[in-house]
Amino acid sequence: MESIRQLLQIVPRFGDLPQAFQVFLALLISCAVILAVALVCVLYLVWMERKVSAHMQDRLGPMYVGGWHGWAQTIADALKLLLKEDIIPAQADKILYRIAPVLVFVAAFAAMVVLPFGERSIVTDLNIGVLYVVAITSLSVVGIIMAGWASNNKYALYGGMRGAAQIVSYEIPSAVAIMTVVIMVGSLSMQDIVRAQLGGIHRWFLFRNPFTFFAFFVYFICSLAEVNRTPFDIPEAESELVAGYHTEYSGMRFAFFYLAEYVNMIVVAGVAATLFLGGWSQALPVSWVPNQLIPGPVMFTFKVLLLIFVQMWLRWALPRLRVDQLMYVCWKVMLPFALVLLLGSGFLAVYWK
Amino acid sequence: MEVEYSGDTMTLNMGPQHPSTHGVLRLELKTDGEVVADAKPHIGYLHRCFEKHAENVEYPGVVPFTDRMDYCAAMNNELGYVLAVEKLLGIKVNNRVRCLRVIMAELNRIASHLIAAGTYGNDIGSFTPFLHCFRDRERILDLFEESCGARLLYNYNWVGGLMCDVKPGFEDRVIEFVDYFEPLVADLNRLLSHNYIFIKRTSNVGILPPDVAVNYGVTGPNLRGSGVKFDVRRNEPYLGYEEFDFEIPVGKGEFGPVGSCYDRYMVRIWEVMECCKIIRQAVKKLTPGDVQETIPKRIKPPAGDVYMRSECPRGELGFYIVSDGSLKPYRVKVKSPCFTALSALPYMARGAMIADIIAIIGSIDIVLGEIDR
Amino acid sequence: MNPTEIAALLKEKFDDRIVESKPEAICPASVVDAAAIIDVCRFLRSGEGLDFDHLELLGGADYKDRIEVVYVMTSLRHGHRYTLKCRLPRENPSIKSVETIWAAANWHEREAFDMFGITFEGHSDLRRILCPDDWEGYPLRKDYKTPTRYRDMPV
Repeated sequence: MESIRQLLQIVPRFGDLPQAFQVFLALLISCAVILAVALVCVLYLVWMERKVSAHMQDRLGPMYVGGWHGWAQTIADALKLLLKEDIIPAQADKILYRIAPVLVFVAAFAAMVVLPFGERSIVTDLNIGVLYVVAITSLSVVGIIMAGWASNNKYALYGGMRGAAQIVSYEIPSAVAIMTVVIMVGSLSMQDIVRAQLGGIHRWFLFRNPFTFFAFFVYFICSLAEVNRTPFDIPEAESELVAGYHTEYSGMRFAFFYLAEYVNMIVVAGVAATLFLGGWSQALPVSWVPNQLIPGPVMFTFKVLLLIFVQMWLRWALPRLRVDQLMYVCWKVMLPFALVLLLGSGFLAVYWK
Repeated sequence: MEVEYSGDTMTLNMGPQHPSTHGVLRLELKTDGEVVADAKPHIGYLHRCFEKHAENVEYPGVVPFTDRMDYCAAMNNELGYVLAVEKLLGIKVNNRVRCLRVIMAELNRIASHLIAAGTYGNDIGSFTPFLHCFRDRERILDLFEESCGARLLYNYNWVGGLMCDVKPGFEDRVIEFVDYFEPLVADLNRLLSHNYIFIKRTSNVGILPPDVAVNYGVTGPNLRGSGVKFDVRRNEPYLGYEEFDFEIPVGKGEFGPVGSCYDRYMVRIWEVMECCKIIRQAVKKLTPGDVQETIPKRIKPPAGDVYMRSECPRGELGFYIVSDGSLKPYRVKVKSPCFTALSALPYMARGAMIADIIAIIGSIDIVLGEIDR
Repeated sequence: MNPTEIAALLKEKFDDRIVESKPEAICPASVVDAAAIIDVCRFLRSGEGLDFDHLELLGGADYKDRIEVVYVMTSLRHGHRYTLKCRLPRENPSIKSVETIWAAANWHEREAFDMFGITFEGHSDLRRILCPDDWEGYPLRKDYKTPTRYRDMPV
């Protein structure tokens, strides 16, 4: 945001506007940029998922639309969804039915404003960045329950209930795993966390101490549950509940849920990359290469893409956990383990700087 | 298993159209939260009056109808009917016909078990093995297509022989397929059967104790999954099966009680390996000959009745045929193995959760075409 | 045990309630009096050396003057199998249900009821299984006329 504000100074008479107004305009523009970036990324993530899943299943995936390996496939699909008839079930709760996809979508996008793409490429570096992400992503639970309830469909209700239970439960071990890193850094701001990892791959929290190493895996697994990806995709279990909480949605409304899922994936991978993989910092140690060789955003994108690829890989290789097994894993395995990790990390942070 | 149900139960219809019920099956579930209090299957959505049709066509004309009952394993259906009529007529077929019938039946058994395994993985949430299984099944369907022209519904086994002989080089292609396929079963095991999540989802679910299974008339892999070692090919051999060397796999209960969904699934995977063994032996035994030499000109069995059972991939397929001495059968009654297996579903579903119902239906591997006829 | 021995055992135990036995036919069978079916089945199920624990098939057949119910059963333990038949009159055919002896009989009897109209006394849930619940007529009878309308829809 700051860089956009500097950029805007060249516009005549921009500097005469009051400070707050300048910031507001810059924020607006940077949010629009992030929105555009995210939407384009989602388009290509959907294509990537289709290609990755196809090659894992020994088939080809999209090949024709647009020419080379069907790169325009998602654009075609998005157009199709836009042009579909807007069907609202007769007995559905009209207002809640319309609001639910918006809420889920907003919760996902709003978390993108604190992702640090580069040293100065962040919409706003909130000093409570991590807390903000955790809080905003929980808003999607409200949207899911609304969608399940307002559809007036038993299957959707089941999906909504399961989804709510799953997301709310898995937030706890995921937040505790995040805390292990925050304790080491002493600050909730995303840029501070990245700056604490500058200096080479050995400074990344993944490799710095054994507690954060395991915390990375705890966070990654819990975040899969947050995003409703297999093996935790019970709420949208295709073969069990038809499509779970978004059974009754079609057209653009369904597209909202679908986009929100992929934006959530980006957010969660972005947070994992920032906290554990060093964000936009490079892997080579500072003593070898004093200045950043590869630009920050490129490094960040690369790490996020890697994590997203792993998420997709897990989706297409593993079966789905049953609801009670899911809850068991969360409360009896992840949470105690995460608490132990927090204890250890805190100990290290205090006694061994 | 005694479960206490608190509050009212909600009736949930897993309606005739559902991605996981393997056909048009309606399950009326009474659920209390996620736990199922009762599961009542309603069938008849795919009833095509096979038995009535069979009374109006001549004996050879019934064969295409039998194909369409269990469309995933059509060769075995035809075989059951054709063996019954041959028993009534007292025809003995020559060695070439016998070996070819065995090869086709076992290939179809592999194809059917691949569908069972793949769709079961799909129901449990693992989407990749489904496509790998179908990729391998395509090779089997190519073999069928070159022999009789059809991929799914063959009309190949005729009363007294076969529709036509196989193309030259067929035996080599079959062996090539078996050589290609046997190592891939290990891949399937690594991906699905030995996967911790899959085992957790299936190994304590849908327990069918052996005595209950026998009481309900369950046969085939479902019965063998409960630990009862009974296979028609071994106990009442037909088509020369007594000369083949193969094992009868039974469920071992490695991860839970014997008779769980996992046992039934693993029995199918082990059976696939045994089928490969049988196919190799049958190809070795194959001799040249005329596949149509024992087909009678007019099929007019003497008056009487016959019951012939054969092992189809889903269990024991039984044909009860009554003949009144004319060209058309008087009564053809089919005992379909999935029919009896599905009748045991309410027993297996008590105390299960909704996700488990899906696992149970997938493990008994039903095909509604056979249940409803 | 071979079918001749089984037929002899049955004849010995039930005497005149076994109408006729054909153990040498392609499908060895005994025709049993309809009223005695439960006793005969119970004897076959739990008799010494018999142990017919597996009911394979329970079906109906419509001959012009009678309706027959066929029971094909196997013993998994001993490996032998046998068939029983019961002759019922065409008007109101009814016979006792063997559901309590073999649970497999439940659905098979429902199908026989659906297709032939045979009433099984003592069955826990006798309703149509393959045809819709409000279908009229018994499809597999030889004198069945396909209805032209079902619930005001032309068939």
